[in-house]
Amino acid sequence: MASANRIPVDKTYKIYIDGKFPRTESGRYLSLLDKKEKLIANVCRSSRKDFRNAVLAARKAQAGWAKASAYLRGQILYRIAEMLEGRAEQFVAELTMQGNTRRRAEKEVATAIDRLIYYAGWADKYQQVFSSVNPVSSSHFNFSVLEPTGVVSIIAPDDSGLIGLVSNVAPAIVGGNTVVVLASEAMPLCAISFAEVLHASDVPAGVVNVLTGLRSELTEQFASHMDVNAVAYTDSDQTTACRVQTLAAENIKHVVAREAIDWSSDSSANPYLIRDTQEVKTTWHPIGS
Amino acid sequence: MATPQNKLAFDGGWDYDPAPESTDHIKLQKRYELFIGGEFVAPGKGRYFDSINPANEKKLARVADADEADVDRAVQAARKAYKGVWSRLPAKERGKYIFRIARIMQERAREFAAIESLDGGKPIRESRDVDVPLAAAHFFYYAGWADKLEYAFPGRRARPLGVAGQVIPWNFPLLMAAWKIAPALACGNTVVLKPAETTPLTALKLAEVIADAGLPPGVVNIVTGAGKTGAALVTHPDIDKVAFTGSTNVGRIIQRALAGTGKRYTLELGGKAANVIFEDAAIDQAVEGIVNGIFFNQGHVCCAGSRLLVQESVADEVIEKLKSRMETLIVGDPMDKNTDIGAINSAMQLEKIESYLKIGADEGGEMHQSSARLPSKGYWCAPTIFTNVAQSNRVVQEEIFGPVLAIQTFRTFDEALTKANNTPYGLSGGVWTDKGAKIFKMTQGLRAGVIWANTFNKFDPTSPFGGYKESGVGREGGLHGLDAYVRLGAE
Amino acid sequence: MSVHAVAKSLPLPDLARVPTVDEVGVDERVARFQTRSIKTASKLEALKLVLSMIDLTTLEGQDTPGKVRQLCQKAIHLHDSFPGLPHVAAVCVYPSMVEVAKRALQGTDINIASVATAFPSGMSSRAVKLDDTRMAVAAGANEIDMVISRGKFLAGDYRYVFDEIVAVKEACGGAHLKVILETGELGTLDRVRRASVLAMHAGADFIKTSTGKIQPAATMQVTLVMLLAIRDYYVETGRMVGMKPAGGISTAKLAIHYLVMLRETLGNAWMSPEWFRFGASSLANDVLMQIMKQTSGYYQSADYFSKD
Repeated sequence: MASANRIPVDKTYKIYIDGKFPRTESGRYLSLLDKKEKLIANVCRSSRKDFRNAVLAARKAQAGWAKASAYLRGQILYRIAEMLEGRAEQFVAELTMQGNTRRRAEKEVATAIDRLIYYAGWADKYQQVFSSVNPVSSSHFNFSVLEPTGVVSIIAPDDSGLIGLVSNVAPAIVGGNTVVVLASEAMPLCAISFAEVLHASDVPAGVVNVLTGLRSELTEQFASHMDVNAVAYTDSDQTTACRVQTLAAENIKHVVAREAIDWSSDSSANPYLIRDTQEVKTTWHPIGS
Repeated sequence: MATPQNKLAFDGGWDYDPAPESTDHIKLQKRYELFIGGEFVAPGKGRYFDSINPANEKKLARVADADEADVDRAVQAARKAYKGVWSRLPAKERGKYIFRIARIMQERAREFAAIESLDGGKPIRESRDVDVPLAAAHFFYYAGWADKLEYAFPGRRARPLGVAGQVIPWNFPLLMAAWKIAPALACGNTVVLKPAETTPLTALKLAEVIADAGLPPGVVNIVTGAGKTGAALVTHPDIDKVAFTGSTNVGRIIQRALAGTGKRYTLELGGKAANVIFEDAAIDQAVEGIVNGIFFNQGHVCCAGSRLLVQESVADEVIEKLKSRMETLIVGDPMDKNTDIGAINSAMQLEKIESYLKIGADEGGEMHQSSARLPSKGYWCAPTIFTNVAQSNRVVQEEIFGPVLAIQTFRTFDEALTKANNTPYGLSGGVWTDKGAKIFKMTQGLRAGVIWANTFNKFDPTSPFGGYKESGVGREGGLHGLDAYVRLGAE
Repeated sequence: MSVHAVAKSLPLPDLARVPTVDEVGVDERVARFQTRSIKTASKLEALKLVLSMIDLTTLEGQDTPGKVRQLCQKAIHLHDSFPGLPHVAAVCVYPSMVEVAKRALQGTDINIASVATAFPSGMSSRAVKLDDTRMAVAAGANEIDMVISRGKFLAGDYRYVFDEIVAVKEACGGAHLKVILETGELGTLDRVRRASVLAMHAGADFIKTSTGKIQPAATMQVTLVMLLAIRDYYVETGRMVGMKPAGGISTAKLAIHYLVMLRETLGNAWMSPEWFRFGASSLANDVLMQIMKQTSGYYQSADYFSKD
């Protein structure tokens, strides 16, 4: 219990790039206000340069993360869940500050933890479900496996502070992708706190990079960057959908549209979300002596 | 190995007489209409274009040029068939129709092969041994999936998308039609297909087969025409899915055009595959793999092994053997059973290839062509290799889509992998080594959708095909090829 | 022994440098040769070429002077009712039959080939094999078809195999040496390729697939691998080595596929009996039938062709 006289120490919400917590290079910020127009926090208004740096970090981390064993990726996702469980109260508080009822906030945090465990369990299984050995007619052994698409940019759902972000980041990284994720504009705080959880959970630097800022400024960056292999957007907004796909075409980026999904529902989680950011690689080899 | 001094001679002496495939068994009409709603109908505006034989520039047939209204009619027919018949048909009956297509194609295989070679310029040996049998096999494979989709998508229910608009290229006209139509129908969709304007004939013969197989009218519609027809199809508001095979540039345009429509799409686009030969490879079979990789179908292959990366210690030997092997490639009449390399598909494509030969030479590449004598009429390009080129050369970076190979050397594994992946494309790749562990390290490291290890340019209906990066979105073939034509939902 | 001393001084070829062989790739290449369609004049020319490349063979325990004489008669007079046909390249017999063949072939330029070196197994001492060879040469053989010691080769004793070939080559004197690898007992194409290299470096004038006593005998696959070895050896040394597939080639169609393979692998320099032979007993008649068909337009009956 804080003593009545003690002034609480407020948290500075920074962004998360390459395993570090810098402020936005732009020096710009957004004031997050509560219902009574009182300042909750200033959050970073990330710039295109921040995004560029995040993609660099994600690209640098990608090969190594993809090479990590499925077992290890599963354990790391599980570790994230463990750490989130330990800090659940902080997330509940943040969600409440941003306008959720306590009950709803508690449920959201619990669902987020469970979701991480759900995907942690898929780490060493989705490959078995989605791979195939193909009975070709010639004397060749032929098989198809999944491989991560690469660097994935994710525009997280705006209508939830934590569960939407977790539900989209987890299937991407469990499959060996690295991501740059744009937090909910309305409720950005949990995203940064989640980055702190990641930071404490053996997730290698650069695997997840978290930005806060304005969708109007960053969506185009997320969709157009030539070194991003897939872009996921999660709000049913016709203008965004159109803009994202138009720009994604520049390098034939995969566009993952996840519109109108209730992320709090268990049915929103399934291995097909992992597959969304996977490539199928087919290998042929002769059978002979 | 030192540069070999003693060369083999393949000219003079015993040679092969012409062995032309007979054409008396093929039935070609003077004029082809659009195939809409189960009938051959004239285009609304009454416009036609010529499909010519690229080996002699002679006209083969007049072919209908579909405009927007024609495309609209075709889409309406497909929609009607989808709602009225095809989506209501029990899955196993759907499958039986598709099996029928496969069987009739097999019966008429010789005719299809001959027309494919006449219309597209590819050697009859390839049409006969590759294109046509694979096309029939593709229908046979997907036919069987029709009533088994619940096993393809564990935990999900697969539903058809509706009407698919499909645009295919001129390099494998019939095979690409099969790749597009078979899985679409198996999953319960109806289709409107647009063949390439230089090679429409086998798709129209396929329309005959589809009619003979008794498919309900409108399930498959075929509209012929050029880019405008394709654009009308792709942008038609009442199609649910676009499947396109062709250049990355057009793929980009399509992806943009579909932005915001919510339509599904799969894109099979360009490539610039590296074929990597390590010093411990089975060299002679690797040389065959190089030849097959770049000279198959005149190099008009999106997954062609158009870049050769050869380890320096065996580079001279491999290049000498390759040059020697190139001398035995027979270039000429596509209808001759002994022809290895046929005609370039069109004047436009030949012009593009020749412009790259000039670019390659201007950039300092050393060009070598086989001494094959080329016919005077028609469009031809001798098998060509460039040495003394590097990653920075355009002939190394850009897709030429012709029988032109760019050869570079490497010293280490990492250098080979880096160079192989140093391209915006990611369709295919090849690796040749006798060491198992190295094969897997390479095949895992290559960022491409199809990897041929100690082989190249193999295709099978059960084997998924498709690219990473700018080579496209989605897979065709195999279990994974079903994804493109279903909507997955809760069970 | 002096022969042995000479052999010791010759270096073994570096078998580690011999390229490996991918079996499926070889199968595919062979299938490509088989798609070549040989028609009209080129077919007739090929058929005549095949005839001229045949080593007409009888290698039976039951061979008698009478049988060998009949075979030689056939070698000279393939089908006299059709003038202008070439005769076969050689008659191939056991050493004990060389004299008979020599008399029967007097006045022709048909070669006399004799198997030697404890054919077909080769399971005897070096001395016996060399005597066997000398005996055949002394009796008039101008071509010797030796077998390599497969057991030694499979056991990895390449030096033994190499030295033996060198010694037999010396024992041949002026006779041409064909070295039979007996590919059906080597098991893999990699071994076929290594054995080819070993034989050529040891002095083989020809390399030959099989004795005809072991299945599989000649196949297009092993022949291709041997042709590729000959090609590499030629490129490296400038010396041409001949090739003889033997056993199992009984139809004209198959023989023409071999010629296609030869032409597209080694080029036209090898397209003569000097550099390519078929070891066969029944091939000649099928080729004759095909020649008659080509010229008459009618399919033929075996009853019209002599069986010797």
